[in-house]
Amino acid sequence: MTDVPPYHGDLLVILRHGPHGSSLLREGLDAALVAAAFGRDVSLLFMGEGISALVRDQQVGPLGQKGTAATLQMLEMYDIDRLLVDGEGLAGLGLAPRDLMLPVEVLDSSAMAVQPKVHRLVLTF
Amino acid sequence: MRYAILLLGGPYSAQAAHSALRFARAVLARGHRLEGVFFYHDGVQNAARLMAPPQDEPHLVDGWVGLNAEQGVPLMVCIAAALRRGLMDEREATRHGKQGHSVEAPFELTGLGQLVDLGLGCDRLVTFGP
Repeated sequence: MTDVPPYHGDLLVILRHGPHGSSLLREGLDAALVAAAFGRDVSLLFMGEGISALVRDQQVGPLGQKGTAATLQMLEMYDIDRLLVDGEGLAGLGLAPRDLMLPVEVLDSSAMAVQPKVHRLVLTF
Repeated sequence: MRYAILLLGGPYSAQAAHSALRFARAVLARGHRLEGVFFYHDGVQNAARLMAPPQDEPHLVDGWVGLNAEQGVPLMVCIAAALRRGLMDEREATRHGKQGHSVEAPFELTGLGQLVDLGLGCDRLVTFGP
């Protein structure tokens, strides 16, 4: 048995979908913002295609969707500063932290595994 | 144990809604408590009052309503996700100048703060989605 570290926060929001394929990412971020607005301590974990939301210089563009870049820029205002990224997923997309619009904490697989245990509630989008 | 359900999948287009309803029944059959079902993302379409599936398929709205009638399970629908998708109760229909309404009690339109409270207030929040 490995020791479980103490709680990092109230809520872990896991984001696994890209910004334009569906509205899951945006609606997941909305849940995170509302929780933070109600004073909850929120962490975000970007996995898989969800990592692509963090890529720099995203436009609203002609797709008829608002995208999520503007929402991500507001995270700091909501005191959401724990942005976690799956390191394997990041490398799999050919990206490095310097390609991302916000400072993130890159996690290896063992650090990933512990995240659900150190938050009281996990919401997966 | 106190359970709650977050449903993100739309009715009839994915397995999520069927599984969520079956899970809800199993939770109650085992003597656990179901603190609430929160409908979000495409899951809000499970609250469509006018849903009329063929008779040889499970009627999802009747299924959810039955949970509420028999066990008092709250059926909470995210208002922002619902309005975008044309789902609104009488009050919202009036407010938005629409004829007719598509959501009625026991489904209640509510905010995402309720989802967070529901999740933090139960032992297990189980998500059904894509």
